Amino acid sequence: MAGGGKAHLRDPETVLMRAEDLVVEFPLGRGRVVKAVSGISLDVKQGETLGLVGESGCGKSTTAKSLIQLPPPTSGTISYSGIELTSLDDEALRTARTDLQMIFQDPISSLNPRRRIGDVVAEPLRVWGPHDRGEQTLLVNEMLEAVGIDPAVALDKRPHEFSGGQCQRISIARALVLNPQVIICDEPVSALDVSVQAQILNMLEDLKSAYGLTLVFIAHDLAVVKNISDRVAVMYLGKLCEVSESNELYENPAHPYTELLFGSSPLPDPTAKLDITMVEEGDIPSPIDPPSGCRFRTRCEYATERCAEEEPIMRKISKDHFVACHHPLVPVSEMAGVSA
Amino acid sequence: MSKAMTSSRPDGPLLSVKDLRTYFAMNAGLLKAVDGVTFDLHAGQTLGIVGESGSGKTVLSRSIMRLNLGKNVQTSGQALFQNKDLLGLPLRQMSDIWGQEIAMVFQDPMTSLNPVVKIGRQVSEHVRKHLGVSKKEARGLAIELLKSVRIPEAEVAISAFPHELSGGMRQRVSIAIALACGPKLLFADEPTTALDVTVQHQILNLLGLQQTKRDMAMVLVTHDLGVVAGRTDETIVMYAGKAVEQASTNRIFQNTSHPYTEALLRSIPKTDKPSHTRLAAIAGRPPNLITMPSGCSFSPRCPYAQDRCFEEEPPLITNEDGHTTACWYPVGTVENQAAWDKNLTAGRPSTLAVANGQIIDDVPADTVVGSP
Ligand SMILES: Nc1ncnc2c1ncn2[C@@H]1O[C@H](COP(=O)(O)OP(=O)(O)OP(=O)(O)O)[C@@H](O)[C@H]1O
Ligand SMILES: Nc1ncnc2c1ncn2[C@@H]1O[C@H](COP(=O)(O)OP(=O)(O)O)[C@@H](O)[C@H]1O
Ligand code: SF4
Ligand code: SF4
Ligand SMILES: [Mg+2]
Ligand SMILES: [Mg+2]
Repeated sequence: MAGGGKAHLRDPETVLMRAEDLVVEFPLGRGRVVKAVSGISLDVKQGETLGLVGESGCGKSTTAKSLIQLPPPTSGTISYSGIELTSLDDEALRTARTDLQMIFQDPISSLNPRRRIGDVVAEPLRVWGPHDRGEQTLLVNEMLEAVGIDPAVALDKRPHEFSGGQCQRISIARALVLNPQVIICDEPVSALDVSVQAQILNMLEDLKSAYGLTLVFIAHDLAVVKNISDRVAVMYLGKLCEVSESNELYENPAHPYTELLFGSSPLPDPTAKLDITMVEEGDIPSPIDPPSGCRFRTRCEYATERCAEEEPIMRKISKDHFVACHHPLVPVSEMAGVSA
Repeated sequence: MSKAMTSSRPDGPLLSVKDLRTYFAMNAGLLKAVDGVTFDLHAGQTLGIVGESGSGKTVLSRSIMRLNLGKNVQTSGQALFQNKDLLGLPLRQMSDIWGQEIAMVFQDPMTSLNPVVKIGRQVSEHVRKHLGVSKKEARGLAIELLKSVRIPEAEVAISAFPHELSGGMRQRVSIAIALACGPKLLFADEPTTALDVTVQHQILNLLGLQQTKRDMAMVLVTHDLGVVAGRTDETIVMYAGKAVEQASTNRIFQNTSHPYTEALLRSIPKTDKPSHTRLAAIAGRPPNLITMPSGCSFSPRCPYAQDRCFEEEPPLITNEDGHTTACWYPVGTVENQAAWDKNLTAGRPSTLAVANGQIIDDVPADTVVGSP
């Protein structure tokens, strides 16, 4: 990967959302540019949960925000339900966005501290309707109940009176109130205790089936991502490394970066083999001046000359498992070798 | 407290904490942030302190360090460090111990770094202050220290400001400062919580390496059971200000005895379980530390709770294996199985929640099995 290619994309007819060749760059002045996202292609089917994992700064949030055009990508296309989002005018885009909601990592600061919970959740309705107060109240109550918050207790309170987990439930209720199709969850459980995290993850699964939602779920915890996702995309420094059906990814990680992530994850098991040799600096290189060829090569123990020269392209290794690496850990079967 | 560690070292403990309590006087009443914690820590050993947010982990370590300031703080008990009670020392004498004999690493490295001073100077000034060496020697030592925490090109890095470094690098610098004077004891309060898994892994390895090299004792505070597994000798699980289970780390995982520890372990998603496996969330929320429930503080959420649990607080009891638990119906006992069966039959909400994997946000505190 740190590579390009689209072999992992599925038939456009069968997906709800498809992003191709997303590039997001932030100018820094004096000709310097942060290459936050450098040619990522992703798709998600109706009712599916797509997990996105990677270290902080690798471009997960930037990718997610570009999907809802906040801000639009520097280049690339995003088709949602047959509509090309990048070519919509502001008005049409605002309408399309009611289908695409986002929830964020920091549950408390993502809610306006001065407003009452009832108003926080009703806010999207003030713009999009229904405008009838009674109908609004019914919807707000329904959504709060759906996320396990008692409206009778919560409506008049303000965000600081709730715990982090409850604030995250409230922001989910607000995201749901417009009856969206897709919810993009940007590290929604990263700031929460494990016990609260489990409550929120279970609840997202329930809401997904109750409301027929499609989820894009970002996290840096591999176990969390596996738990909630049908398909997982591993990201490194603005590029995709590996895309796979979730169980398959954890059984047969094929990309050296995925292997590194697995080896670093703390397991709640004192008998698990712990590699205590790795103490060296392994911070992600700067996205201003990313390495040539494979972007992971500066940290990859399998890197060869080829990796510095040639960018690896996404290839199929098994049924729904794709990797962008010149020397993957799982052999690329000859049968699967043909890329789309 | 556990005897397992005590017997393995002939010399006495480096730190011996006895019935430590820290209360904060608040308008609403007395907030019992730490309520009776006892443990021994020997040179070169690591103690893990685990618990949810607000369980008192930070207050506990700050109490031992005497860093809980304010008129409303009431601390009692003992914290014998090399046989001196830290809780009774005048603050003037504490300041000789801080940084020299006991050091601390925090979750946010910026709390211990000065944002406008180059990192080389921060490290060397610390070294000069405590070791009384010349400026030049201190600079040399600073470079050595930065190398020991694996800062690449330390000679160049000394002229960087903290904001120019990544979070992981900043944490390395604050570890270098903490290690500068060769402390005998290091408190690491969530040192990796803000970091990526890969960087977390390196920093924990680095701490372990330095600890072995220096025969330093460490208290590792974390909310992540995965972090203590394989990296600590003993673990204390805290709930609502109390140590509810305390044993060798292996026993905590393999012979889990307290229902809260069991619930925490169960709620962690596991990579060896298939996708979409229902997680066993813990019903409800931790109690308010000012208006604590009577009896066992975990009783409103506990799937095994019986009448007795709501009335009488379970004492901390150490069994013959040195495993300490505060519970009337410890996990793995026949009494525990009977309590579970009884609650299931009675349809107790938090028991059903575990059985069915449901979420219950608020379990009424007065749900007592068998009561009208
Ligand atoms: N100076 C203070 N005055 C009053 N209450 C305090 C003070 N410091 C801490 N507390 C309270 O003491 C309790 C324990 O806090 P503590 O910071 O030790 O929790 P923790 O286990 O470290 O949590 P976290 O995982 O969030 O760091 C909390 O209820 C907290 O609000
Ligand atoms: N508005 C911005 N201006 C400049 N750089 C940015 C901006 N937003 C994000 N970046 C940079 O883009 C990269 C990817 O960031 P982000 O998408 O937030 O990563 P992640 O969500 O994976 O942690 C980082 O190097 C980040 O510093
Ligand atoms: S082997 Fe080469 S292409 Fe594959 S991850 Fe390593 S550096 Fe990149
Ligand atoms: S069984 Fe009783 S004493 Fe033990 S944790 Fe549960 S409520 Fe507390
Ligand atoms: Mg982000
Ligand atoms: Mg804390």
